[in-house]
Amino acid sequence: MVVGAGPAGLAAARAAAEAGARVRLIDSAPSAGGQFFRGRPDVPPVHPKVEHLADSAVWHLESVHNGHTVRVRTGPADAPVRRGVTLHADALILATGAYDRALPFPGWDLPGVVTAGGAQAMAKGHGVAVGRRVIIAGTGPFLLPVATSLAGTGATVVEVLEANGPAGWLRAPRALLAGAGRLGELAGYAKALAAQRIPYRTRRTVIAAHGTGRVEAVTTAALDNGWRIRPGTERRIAVDAVCVGYGFTPQLELAVAAGCRLRDGFVEVDAAQATSTPGVFAAGELTGIGGAKLAAAEGTVAGTAAAASVEVPRAALRAVRQGRIFADGLAAAHPIQDGWRTWLTDDTLVCRCEEVTLAGLCDALDRHRALGVRTLKLTSRVGLGPCQGRVCGRNAAELAAGHTGGHYDPADTARRPIAAPVRLGELAEEETVEEMNGQA
Amino acid sequence: MKVTVDGVPTVARPGQTVAAALIERGQTSWRDTRIGGRPRGLFCGIGVCFDCLVVVNGVPDVRACQRVLADGDEIRTQRGAEL
Ligand SMILES: Cc1cc2nc3c(=O)[nH]c(=O)nc-3n(C[C@H](O)[C@H](O)[C@H](O)COP(=O)(O)OP(=O)(O)OC[C@H]3O[C@@H](n4cnc5c(N)ncnc54)[C@H](O)[C@@H]3O)c2cc1C
Ligand code: FES
Repeated sequence: MVVGAGPAGLAAARAAAEAGARVRLIDSAPSAGGQFFRGRPDVPPVHPKVEHLADSAVWHLESVHNGHTVRVRTGPADAPVRRGVTLHADALILATGAYDRALPFPGWDLPGVVTAGGAQAMAKGHGVAVGRRVIIAGTGPFLLPVATSLAGTGATVVEVLEANGPAGWLRAPRALLAGAGRLGELAGYAKALAAQRIPYRTRRTVIAAHGTGRVEAVTTAALDNGWRIRPGTERRIAVDAVCVGYGFTPQLELAVAAGCRLRDGFVEVDAAQATSTPGVFAAGELTGIGGAKLAAAEGTVAGTAAAASVEVPRAALRAVRQGRIFADGLAAAHPIQDGWRTWLTDDTLVCRCEEVTLAGLCDALDRHRALGVRTLKLTSRVGLGPCQGRVCGRNAAELAAGHTGGHYDPADTARRPIAAPVRLGELAEEETVEEMNGQA
Repeated sequence: MKVTVDGVPTVARPGQTVAAALIERGQTSWRDTRIGGRPRGLFCGIGVCFDCLVVVNGVPDVRACQRVLADGDEIRTQRGAEL
């Protein structure tokens, strides 16, 4: 069974099917493709021997003695009419992808402030621009395709701000070589920006959003190497939308539920994409951020290895190795620097769901001596809302560590026994239980 | 395809999500928060942040960025925590 039908999951399902396994591919989206292939005509077709369960969210996962039990709800998103089914699989490939990391700053919860990926999904999936005058800020090469997509939907991209310096790549020459193909792609985006006269500035970012009821303007500022604001460089710019993206966070809850070991916040895998849990494989952004091509190569390796009957193709293994070198270079060139913590004011929300401010977080830390993520959550309510800390978990852990000098493991915020929302009424319903043996 | 937004008839395209239709008609928020009454709309765009909650056909807490519109859907602004 493959969970996630993005580039990684599609390739994994195909490889496992070609190796002779019975394969089910489950994804909560109405059609296959994941984040990268959204709205693109070149999305690879689901292999004809693969059974694709669309509109199907995996909300619970349990490892049992002879495999894994997966609970799924199928139907329109968050509707009470969804059908529930419990499936069994001997081998499981997790390819649940990642989502944008957003750093908090004053006004970041005003409507009109969205993640870079969110803007990209609107533009690519629906041809809709999130605003008319848009500013893009954050770090990483992903900001470039977001700018070109937005410009393509008719929005004016005021500027693209990269918080890191331009020289990052020079420190990783090995990555430069390994990623020659990707670099060409990025150069293409850079050219498109230049052609449309969209300014690209480094060592600058959005440090505040202003407006009543929605964003009307932002303050940008120059940053030093540690991302502290350089005084006197603030500039106010009128915009009606802000896109922020500081890299990506893996969608970990199913892997955590399966007991997979993590390393540096990602799922640890061996050369065959096997996780530390027997019978569970992981592929794509869940194991590290490296783009759609690397995700697909990892999927091919995982699918073949999970089917366990044929040797893993050398070409796929090589593609994974090359891709990882490039990904490591990418991470090294676009680090998140601690100085972001100084952008917040006391009343800046850290947790958007439970509306916990920075002052509220610090108060809980001081008064209750919250020395771990669990106590921190219970005393401040940070991460207890509907998003279950997906948005604020890492940020809150880092702010807490900065405030008390203690250690708060961000991975502790990814323990979510319920991986996708289910309604209380749905929990009470009888479910169809299906056995599916001899399948990957 | 016809849907209504807070009672106002609106045209939507098949395959469009609730969020895409709302943003296309120039709306940036369609919910306010439980504690501070802060307006909210789209944030992550892919179903992880739960900021975009909206009432669809009388059912609250539906993620607007995930729900694909069906003909005749009634979309309504969500006020605080609705049951
Ligand atoms: C919003 C967004 C937009 C992006 N746009 C681009 C882009 O335009 N260009 C680019 O180069 N890169 C883009 N990226 C980067 C992108 O993550 C990778 O390039 C690539 O898509 C990763 O492939 P993947 O297979 O690992 O994961 P994804 O493509 O993210 O696929 C993961 C799939 O798993 C499904 N899933 C997750 N959890 C569950 C569950 N519990 N139940 C059922 N299904 C589940 C999701 O619905 C999703 O379809 C984007 C990332 C994000 C977050
Ligand atoms: S915008 Fe994040 S869940 Fe819809």
